[in-house]
Amino acid sequence: MKFGTKLIHNGNEVDPFTGALSIPIYQASTFHQPNIENIGKYDYARSGNPTREALENTIAQLENGVRGFAFSSGMAAISSVLSLFSAGDHIVICEDVYGGTFRIATKVLNRFGIEFTFVDASEISEIESAIKSNTKGLYLETPSNPLLKITDLREAIKIAKRNDVIVIVDNSFLSPYFQKPLDLGADIVVHSATKFIAGHSDVIGGLAVVKSEELARDLYTIQNSFGAVLGPQDCWLTLRGLKTLKVRMDVYEQTAQKLANWLLTNECVEEVYYPGLKEHPGHDIHFEQASGGGAVLSFTLKTIDQTIRFLQKVENVAVAVSLGGVETIVSYPVKMSHAAIPKDVRERLGVKDTLIRVSVGLEDVEDLIASFQKALI
Amino acid sequence: MTNTNVVSKSEQKSIETVAVHGSKGYDPLTGAISYPIYQSATFKHEGLHQSTGYDYARLQNPTREEVENTVAKLENAEFGVAFSTGNAAVTAVLSLFKKGDHVIVSDDLYGGTYRLFEEIYSPYGIEHNFVDTTEIDNILDTIKENTRGIFIETPSNPMMKVTDLKRVVEIAKERNIVVIVDNTFLTPYFFRPIELGADIVVHSGTKYLGGHNDTLAGFVVTNSEKTNERIRFYQKSTGATLAPFDSWLILRGIKTLHVRMEYCQRNAITLAKFLENHPNVTDVFYVGLPNHKGYSIIKEQASGFGAMISFKVKNVSIVEKVLSSVKVITFAESLGGVESLITYPHTQTHSEMPEDFKRKLGLDDHTLRLSVGIEHIDDLLIDLENALG
Repeated sequence: MKFGTKLIHNGNEVDPFTGALSIPIYQASTFHQPNIENIGKYDYARSGNPTREALENTIAQLENGVRGFAFSSGMAAISSVLSLFSAGDHIVICEDVYGGTFRIATKVLNRFGIEFTFVDASEISEIESAIKSNTKGLYLETPSNPLLKITDLREAIKIAKRNDVIVIVDNSFLSPYFQKPLDLGADIVVHSATKFIAGHSDVIGGLAVVKSEELARDLYTIQNSFGAVLGPQDCWLTLRGLKTLKVRMDVYEQTAQKLANWLLTNECVEEVYYPGLKEHPGHDIHFEQASGGGAVLSFTLKTIDQTIRFLQKVENVAVAVSLGGVETIVSYPVKMSHAAIPKDVRERLGVKDTLIRVSVGLEDVEDLIASFQKALI
Repeated sequence: MTNTNVVSKSEQKSIETVAVHGSKGYDPLTGAISYPIYQSATFKHEGLHQSTGYDYARLQNPTREEVENTVAKLENAEFGVAFSTGNAAVTAVLSLFKKGDHVIVSDDLYGGTYRLFEEIYSPYGIEHNFVDTTEIDNILDTIKENTRGIFIETPSNPMMKVTDLKRVVEIAKERNIVVIVDNTFLTPYFFRPIELGADIVVHSGTKYLGGHNDTLAGFVVTNSEKTNERIRFYQKSTGATLAPFDSWLILRGIKTLHVRMEYCQRNAITLAKFLENHPNVTDVFYVGLPNHKGYSIIKEQASGFGAMISFKVKNVSIVEKVLSSVKVITFAESLGGVESLITYPHTQTHSEMPEDFKRKLGLDDHTLRLSVGIEHIDDLLIDLENALG
């Protein structure tokens, strides 16, 4: 079965009792047990809920993993996955990681004795040289946020396997439609489902998929213990969003490519970062491990004045944090997604105050270009 | 094809952008990108004779208002009214007529609409004639002194007959007859009857507008202030309103209307060609096939063909085999969702119609109707190939 069909028919969408084509929203916290000798599959909704299970099974199938987990936010998914590690463990993590992940690594998990080394993961040698005897995890985002830097997943995973290191990939930017890290050898995929998976800027959610039964057991213990589970209504909305994942991503990609090409020709624009551009560093590696350039691109303008003016003037788009919705979202990383990262670190990473990130939506590309054109002066 | 891409001439926004942004787009109070679900039955009054514009949610609710305005905007019309189902919307429109009025109705139409005319409105003294509206002469022959309305489904359900809306509008305007079009099959993405002069558009929002087989809804759209007032009065009085959460789900569905329609149509064109060449299929009714009788009218008046296909197989035993062996395609009533559905109109959607009526339409017991979804085309082709034997 092709991916586009799997989104619609994966065995989790039909209610077995009534045949309803939309899985019921089991807004129930507990379940009656008719047989006390033999407690049923569901007892308490933190431990398991049929609507959540449908979503968890669906994402596991889409990412080709053995088990999926749904959390109340992307950060809950990431925090829960990182809780698989113990005091004294060392994790190598990409330096331009999402600000929220940076915060949990440097402000929370460090207090529990988990050690992090930040590296430029687009340089494979940096990963290799950061690995120590207590390194237990490698955490990657590719393309990275907000500069869309590409990490060679196959090479990075090779190094990790040699050193018995668990590889975690945040796949929020591409979704399993464009990239399946588990197929490339990664152990765990995490998602902010808020983004492309749910896709309508109306749900906060997180997902994780693991590749082994052992990891599944361990992560389930954490999910059930922490209890940062996704509510039934939001599970259902996420499932509803997934049905159009392919058609949304196809259109986003076409629009992002056109917009990136157009930005290259605009005289106010200094640089454009988009994996779909041939001149983008990592373009070739990206297309060896992914099947599309995705919907997120960034660009820098020549001056701060131009940048502020653009953000104030641009119409028909949302100026907001987050990404992955049907509406184009323009964000200003230094004040938004990367505000948690200290200025000096940010600047070293190239997250300049003239940098603008765009999550392309489903509007007509001509409307988008016209609106950008008007704001770029 | 006509260039129907720009919806609002004043704002020059394409329909894709309207679908994504809706009417207000954002919550004016908080900036929330997803319009709030106002799950509130009533609204506080600041003082005597003061109102925020919202009093009681049967009259108006902000979430319902947003979906009403969004559907109106998509149809390039002034007013939209949301109902709890498509049938509730059609009922509201028929309430515009009174005892002694005569309405001409497309003979090939949804069974639920057929039932409304036959069983509910006839006893109220509203006369009607079912006519093959694809032949304009049939309409002219049926018009009487008391004819007040023409109700058209195009393409019709399930035989996919196409009516020349421009001609119908010409005839109707001369005689002060209201033209009502059920635009459920093509949606405003492909077809905007009000731009062609129709007075009222009705929708089963359950279908493509909602698009996920998870919400029931209906809409009435018009440019006429007077019609809008009467429809609103009827809605207020009978109370068949769309709930806030369902209004919001329809809004959410509309955000992908354009991409879904494009994919559904692309799949439908391929499937229709496949069916045409299958030895167990005797007839294919799809308005996107150049040999379809209504093809040139659709090309002229709409910007796409939609994704509804009916076809006839050789005999009833093939019908049984198809319905029991499809795996990707689901055997269920309804249409317009992301998943492909196959329906047996004879006993499902059109069970209300008498046998001889169905026979006249050519709707026999080996006709199947297919609502094509957005699955991968190869999986759909394999499924149909296996099922048809």
